[in-house]
Amino acid sequence: MQGMDGDQVKAWEARCIEEQLPACAAACPLHLDARAMLEKVKAGDLVAAFAIYARVIPFPAIVSHICDHPCETACRRAEAGGALRIGAIERAIVEDAYPTLKRSAQRNRKPKRIAVIGGGLAGLTAAYDLAVKGHAVTVYEGDARPLERLYHDYDAAVLPPSAIDADLGQLSALGIDIRCRARVTSGRGPLGLDDLIDAHDAVLLAPGRGPVPNLAGSIRLTIDNRVYMDADSCATSHPKVFASPLHKMPPGVEVGPYSPVGAMYDGRKAALSVDRFLQGASLTANRVDDGSGDSCLYVNVARHDPVAIVEPSAPDQGYSRTEAIAEAARCFPCECKECVRACEFLKSYGLYPKRYIREIYNNDGIIMGNRKSNKMIDSCSMCGLCADICPNDLSMGDVVLEARRSMVRRGHMPPSHHDFALRDMAFARSDEVAFARPAPGATTSAYLFFPGCQLTASSPQHSAEIYAYLRERLPGGVAFVQDCCGAPAHWAGREELHGEVNAALTARWEALGRPEVITACASCLKMLGAFQPEMTVRSLWTVMEEKGWPTGAAPLPSGALAIHDPCTGRYAKDVQSAVRTFAGHLGAEVRELSGAERTTCCGFGGLAQFANAEVTDKIVDRRITEDSADYLTYCAMCRDNFARRGKRALHILDLAFPAGADPAARPDPGFSRRRDNRLAFRARMLTDLWGETVTEPAPDLALTIADDVRADMERKLILVEDVARTVAAAEAGSPRFRNVAKGVTVASHRHGSLTTWVEYTAAGDGFVVHRAWSHRMQVEARPS
Amino acid sequence: MSNTIPEGAGNPADLLCFACDVPLEMGKVEATYLGQKFPVDLPRCPKCGFVYVSEDLALGKMLRVEQALEDK
Repeated sequence: MQGMDGDQVKAWEARCIEEQLPACAAACPLHLDARAMLEKVKAGDLVAAFAIYARVIPFPAIVSHICDHPCETACRRAEAGGALRIGAIERAIVEDAYPTLKRSAQRNRKPKRIAVIGGGLAGLTAAYDLAVKGHAVTVYEGDARPLERLYHDYDAAVLPPSAIDADLGQLSALGIDIRCRARVTSGRGPLGLDDLIDAHDAVLLAPGRGPVPNLAGSIRLTIDNRVYMDADSCATSHPKVFASPLHKMPPGVEVGPYSPVGAMYDGRKAALSVDRFLQGASLTANRVDDGSGDSCLYVNVARHDPVAIVEPSAPDQGYSRTEAIAEAARCFPCECKECVRACEFLKSYGLYPKRYIREIYNNDGIIMGNRKSNKMIDSCSMCGLCADICPNDLSMGDVVLEARRSMVRRGHMPPSHHDFALRDMAFARSDEVAFARPAPGATTSAYLFFPGCQLTASSPQHSAEIYAYLRERLPGGVAFVQDCCGAPAHWAGREELHGEVNAALTARWEALGRPEVITACASCLKMLGAFQPEMTVRSLWTVMEEKGWPTGAAPLPSGALAIHDPCTGRYAKDVQSAVRTFAGHLGAEVRELSGAERTTCCGFGGLAQFANAEVTDKIVDRRITEDSADYLTYCAMCRDNFARRGKRALHILDLAFPAGADPAARPDPGFSRRRDNRLAFRARMLTDLWGETVTEPAPDLALTIADDVRADMERKLILVEDVARTVAAAEAGSPRFRNVAKGVTVASHRHGSLTTWVEYTAAGDGFVVHRAWSHRMQVEARPS
Repeated sequence: MSNTIPEGAGNPADLLCFACDVPLEMGKVEATYLGQKFPVDLPRCPKCGFVYVSEDLALGKMLRVEQALEDK
């Protein structure tokens, strides 16, 4: 069976920019990870910071004094108090930790002999890189000592000669043979380039910016006597000879100011070409680094208050250790993670989308072993908030949907994650609950009211009242269809089941003469809109706005209401506007929470609450503490989930058709009462409106269940119906126990894939339920 | 997988089988989930073999084993 599409996965991964280089590292030609280095400084660990520095910078003592630090120009802290003084911090790190520097070469089974012509920063960087890889490197320098330019160009107060000597000492320790007063020329002889080429496996030319007429004849030169070379591969006219390029200058500048870090980049680039050549690898394949560049990491700088730069108390001494730590603490650090900050699901597993996507794809590819990401995949509510926040519109909901579909296709979906929700959907679609009728007395239907399975389950009287309103306002007959839109099947990744639901809905709609569909549920609106292309589907709220609001508004709640939009209606602007107008018409004073586009899920979306109630409770709890006002919603599940977590919340129909004095205090009916409501609704509607003979189903057993026991059963996803079935079976003679100490009967009953246990006592004509629990595993005594 | 589920198995001494009127005893039981079978020791009626799964066991160790098997 087919797994996830690898190309699609890569495309998703590429849209998460969290692993892009931060501005400082992108601007540095050597891509020093200044962000990581500053994190170590912040923590007071200057030795670890130095290790990060010295891993990338071959000459830490020199560079910490003279680096032209393009990182500082790019630093995003510049927008909030001033760019980090990264150069000065580096100097403090080097002063503190230089004695910990230990250079050693890797063991190389096939070391090669390499000649480097030129002992400047470029040549010595190349020599360093190649020596670290275990090659035997000889440097030929025309001057009396290497790095001669540095002794000349910098005042000793800026770059102490002792710093140069220290770094050169490290090169000798690596075994690099530096020969001075050794000016290489073309042709033969001990310092003839032709002989050097013959005597070495590769030659690297790092002559600096000046012309090299002395090499004419051995290799091709340009018309102005520079080495003729390919700027990308560093190849010259001789296959064994490579040349250090000249790093990019700002646009329009032919020769810019000397950049020490730029020169080191040039040498490193040429050394990489030599290494690839010696390994027989392509000089150009997968070679994308182009030195200094811009960062595409999104950073919301506005989240950070400005903090002033730390000035050293003794400017000529640079930062003290304490000052360096204080300055480093100004680093944010740069990161995107905008979605992670906004989503309790993304936060709860400690990663960010790129890593989640990789884990999800790895999970998908496991043949034998534990699929550890299953629960994570099923914990996403697919609400779309991350996509709205992401600079690249990456939607984790899209990723987990594909992952779930693959899990289902291959039989790897854990049954416990979605069984309950899919059972609930099956019940909502069953003949016990679902029905479709043209308007009473009508034979044709211009419209069809589809309240959605959860509105009817949560507050059946509202479905009935809206239906009466629509029949009064709309001509041509308004049919009624009580059914499920199939969202649970879609969210669960059950493509086949979702197809069946859609086909059944289409058949119902066609049998009624293809009327215009009006739904009260944002999820139904979205699902039918996406999967029933031939249906015209409208939101109840926009229809009401057009046809006139229902009369008889509620007694107003005191104070303002904070409006929460359902996540499935995130972009339904006409609906959002109509609901706000409706609330205003009803006299409610409404204020915004995050605004509709940044709304969050109540946990029902993506069936997340069935796979990971802990995470979805966090999502809801975060949402309900955003505002102390009562919440106003237009989604039955949002309202009920808020109520379940203790928030006073109203469905807008609670205002339009009030029941009781304080509708915001209406408790969450829970799954069991929702089922009862659906059953009763069908019987009542068919009896009252269509004159059919349907008896309201009455429970076989009189069960007394205290509120706390009922709430505990809800948490465990145990229905009253399951408990009743268990008690009934036990009373009919099925095996059961007596708990002598507690004086209760303990019974179990297997129904479908669940065993439900109930502790109960008989009381009068009925039974009192004390607790219930369930498991999936089956246990049987082994025949002895 | 361990061949016993000792944790939270409940105190069988408090329980009597309703039909057989005898106290439960620990005994060999076969647990099955998703086609995997393994032996465990659980309280059960020594006469009719009816097995007791306590709430602690169902929501503790047994749930963890179920989830581990679901992720296989």
